[in-house]
Amino acid sequence: MPKKDGSVILEVKDLIVSYGAIKALKGISFTVKSGEIVTLIGANGAGKTTTLRTISGLLRAEEGHIFYMGDEITNKQPHKIVQMGITHVPEGRRIFPDLTVRENLEMGAWTLRDKKLKQDKMEAVFELFPRLKERQKQSAGTLSGGEQQMLAVGRALMTEAQLVLLDEPSMGLAPMLVEEIFKVITEINEEGKTILLVEQNAEMALQIADYAYVLEVGNITIEGNAKEVAANPKVKEAYLGA
Amino acid sequence: MGSIFNLQQIINGIQIGSIYALISIGYTLVYGIIQLINFAHGDFYMVGAYAAYFAVMFSAARKEHPNVLIVLLISMTAGAIVAFLSNRIAYRPLRYKPRLSALITAIGVSMFLEYTSSAIPAIGPSYRAFPQSALIPEHTYKIGHAILSNYQIVNVSVAVVLMVVLTYIVQYTRIGMAMRASAQDKDAARLMGIDIEYIIDFTFIIGGALAGAAGLLTGITYPRINPYMGIIPGLKAFIAAVLGGIGSVPGAMLGSYILGFSEVFGMAINSILGEGIAYAILILVLIFLPQGLLGKKTGEKV
Repeated sequence: MPKKDGSVILEVKDLIVSYGAIKALKGISFTVKSGEIVTLIGANGAGKTTTLRTISGLLRAEEGHIFYMGDEITNKQPHKIVQMGITHVPEGRRIFPDLTVRENLEMGAWTLRDKKLKQDKMEAVFELFPRLKERQKQSAGTLSGGEQQMLAVGRALMTEAQLVLLDEPSMGLAPMLVEEIFKVITEINEEGKTILLVEQNAEMALQIADYAYVLEVGNITIEGNAKEVAANPKVKEAYLGA
Repeated sequence: MGSIFNLQQIINGIQIGSIYALISIGYTLVYGIIQLINFAHGDFYMVGAYAAYFAVMFSAARKEHPNVLIVLLISMTAGAIVAFLSNRIAYRPLRYKPRLSALITAIGVSMFLEYTSSAIPAIGPSYRAFPQSALIPEHTYKIGHAILSNYQIVNVSVAVVLMVVLTYIVQYTRIGMAMRASAQDKDAARLMGIDIEYIIDFTFIIGGALAGAAGLLTGITYPRINPYMGIIPGLKAFIAAVLGGIGSVPGAMLGSYILGFSEVFGMAINSILGEGIAYAILILVLIFLPQGLLGKKTGEKV
């Protein structure tokens, strides 16, 4: 079971990120507590992906700070951030299409030196996604969209990371697969990983999350327990289609 | 027909194709990872040729017989070091700048290597005879009407062994897998915890080493070297890489042999035609097959 001890695993403070002259994040602050599923919802272009990419070091923060387990990680190299324990499942899955399924998982385990540990991790991923085991020798590009998403999640689970950043895992998937992927996210969380989930499918995200933040054009406008946020009339109108 | 497509032409085609292949692999590997057409790549080949030249001269001056494998290692190391330094000094600071900046810088690096070499008194701007017979005494074999020299045998077999080793590294080692992953998706590779700069360094080193080896092999087979010797073979190896599909290692090899054969056969028909055939191929490929023979069009799956 996850350690929901109330300790903060990730803290983002007054984060500003720009693309040229355009400010994508205008000074956002939020925290993720250990063992929880925290979701960041918002419309297209609100800055959700930018937030995750800045946490994992792919984008530079112009101002502000990011702390992981109390250590500052702002603008560190992505590979250093992975080594510290944050893994990121990017938007659009971004699997390596010409590598086999197995090779993709091995790439996920790049930071692990211990062969036995790597093997155990791979077994665990195959247990979670039996389809990947069946297809381990196929090139990843031949997988269906849903299988590719599973591979992207499985690949992230090949690390020792404590915090998993998930960017739009339901994007482009059929409703049945969406259900399945959300079920898997819950399972991963129950096994002890903390999750920061970015979603446009606010309804599903709020169902499984403990805590939620609403991001609107670079600012956090609403936050609270996922249930409270789901009940908020503004959220209902703007994101839940009610 | 018989007079043009004969055994001699085939031997020559394989030999010249092997040289192009060693050079074009470096082009394609570097392009695959950082989308840079490294115009200085042909000069790494020149550096390899001079490193071999000095190694052989040094042994000869000491009245020793130079060991071919050691000379090969020296030229590969020289090519690798120059490639590594070009990346660190010239290309790396421009990594996240517009691509055109790096491309222009590559032309600058190329000129820097050529003109600096010719300014060094020990190298100089004019042709030097490569002491190939001090390295390996020549033997020729007659096969029917064709003449095969042991230089050609060394040339092709060293190239083939190096290509096999390279393919093994790229396909079956951990770092090779990381190279392929980085070429497919650099950001995703970084998210796996791969230090992309380390992979880029390694890619330049491998490409430079292969170009350096090609420099030595050329010195043996066409024993005249000068600081500008890399320009034309570099350009042709680049064309071979484009023909094969830039970014694809098997493509670079295939494109190089096709180009080698086309040139040799073109030459047999008409020497001017033979010279120009590479450029004609480039134009045709760019018009009709821009992704090359083994390159791919990418598309996203939903």
